[in-house]
Amino acid sequence: MAKVLMKGNEAVGKAAIEAGCRFFFGYPITPQSEVPEYLSEELPKVGGTFVQAESELAAINMVYGAAAAGARVLTSSSSPGLALKQEGIGYITNADLPAVVINMMRGGPGLGTIQPGQADYHMCVKGGSNGDYHNIVLAPASVQEAVDMVMDAFDLADFYRTPVIILSDGLIGQMMEPVEFNYSPKKDLPSKDAWALKGKGKGEKHMIVNLNMDAEDCENHNIALQKKYDEIEANEQDWEEYCMDDAEYAFVSYGTSARIVKSSVDTLRAAGYKVGLIRPKTLYPFPVKAFKRENIKKYLDVEMSMGQMADDVKLACNDVNKVAFYGRTGGIILTPEEVVEFGKSVMGGDK
Amino acid sequence: MVQDDKRVTIITGHYGSGKTEFAVNYAMQLSKTSPKVTLGDLDIVNVYFRSREKKQQLEEMGIHVISSNLEGDSVDIPAVAAIESPVRDKSTKYLVDLGGNDVGTMVLGRIKPLLDNAETDFLMVVNVNRPDTSSPEGILREMKSIEDASGLQVTGFINNTNLIRETTAEDITMGDKILKEASRLSGVPIKYTTYVEEVVKDTEKLPDDLGGELFPLKFYMRKDWM
Repeated sequence: MAKVLMKGNEAVGKAAIEAGCRFFFGYPITPQSEVPEYLSEELPKVGGTFVQAESELAAINMVYGAAAAGARVLTSSSSPGLALKQEGIGYITNADLPAVVINMMRGGPGLGTIQPGQADYHMCVKGGSNGDYHNIVLAPASVQEAVDMVMDAFDLADFYRTPVIILSDGLIGQMMEPVEFNYSPKKDLPSKDAWALKGKGKGEKHMIVNLNMDAEDCENHNIALQKKYDEIEANEQDWEEYCMDDAEYAFVSYGTSARIVKSSVDTLRAAGYKVGLIRPKTLYPFPVKAFKRENIKKYLDVEMSMGQMADDVKLACNDVNKVAFYGRTGGIILTPEEVVEFGKSVMGGDK
Repeated sequence: MVQDDKRVTIITGHYGSGKTEFAVNYAMQLSKTSPKVTLGDLDIVNVYFRSREKKQQLEEMGIHVISSNLEGDSVDIPAVAAIESPVRDKSTKYLVDLGGNDVGTMVLGRIKPLLDNAETDFLMVVNVNRPDTSSPEGILREMKSIEDASGLQVTGFINNTNLIRETTAEDITMGDKILKEASRLSGVPIKYTTYVEEVVKDTEKLPDDLGGELFPLKFYMRKDWM
């Protein structure tokens, strides 16, 4: 398929359709409103269903229902809207159901701003609902990668029977970039017939439950969930390395911030600094395998938040003293220049 | 070139066709020869990548920028200010940068009764790499919805066919071919064909009979890392 020019928000909508998603339930919020706008136009053309729900709470529970019926289903929102969806996400996770959730983050907390931000790391990666759970969280740094990750997300969700969150931000949602759409399933996906609520007919009775009547049952369910997470942590870590071969210092950054940091790495390399970038593409599972390096003197964590990912970097490298942090928040976009200054301040004259 | 264009130039087009980048470049170009230039950012559709973000840079070039009297990038309401006076003030060139699609033209209702056709151009920016305007039919459908909503007739096309940093002469040539067909069917001429100087390195491959004048662009809205 030839490349076309699309805005991130439109492109993730098209990616979902290409991946076979036929159900979207959502509610508009800047800066992701083009996702529902696009899908309201395009889903009916392919026989799909678009519903603008009366609220985010209604939307996420419609997702729960469609997922229980075995459908590929999507919802999207931006930070405060995603906060509203947390309860439903927890329920869907607990019920072992697949769903894809897109978060085009903006400045927070609360209503915050409508400019891009990355301060929902804790909410999405650590789990903003109650209980012992994780969702797979993917963090794209370009419109093309957002497209590819949305397609992968549907496969991962179906494979592990868990919600997958695309954690992006308003900038990628609003930015135009050339994209192409080439979906092919990357995993051998089991049929949903064994559990989906499609009408009993002459088959077996299926049930999707959320309430456990017995604490022991609930603990056993948690242990089963944990096994799933162990498998995800073993198999699904993904990251990009940039200029890391001879690096003595490593920036750690994801999404939009990583794009900015990449250009700062180029500037610092040109000035003789042996510095690179580790860009987590999966935030859960966090790519701890990327941090098994003896030769790195410092990790420079850069985010558009007050340092929410920095704790995971400290755990991954197993040394709190090795991690320095710089960030902007509230909707301010980092500049490559300030990242260069931060880099120099940490590295000193160490070239 | 731009100095010979009509005094009031309204830039319209499909959502994401590149109106704002063109408008900012056009205003910069115009300011080199015209003593008084006003840029009206009347985008009430989107809150990201609006020309008002470049207000300081534009004002350094002597361009007066009108947007909203509610300052701040986060103002998510369709408010515009003082958009009429440059229509009346014959001493200024007035460039209007609209929001996308038919809804973007809604704001024109305010100035339409004042517009004099003899001194007004209504230019539609087209990028055939955008899915909805990838064919002559798509372009004409979009043009009709813009014309129906605004009550104005499009007076010229701008071929802004690009794939951002991946644009080649081939893209521009393909855009030219498709837009020429839309032009033939509608009778609307192609006024300019754009290319970003730092991106399109093979301009020698562009055909001699490209529609309209070649209009070199710089990236004002797009940062280096984008």
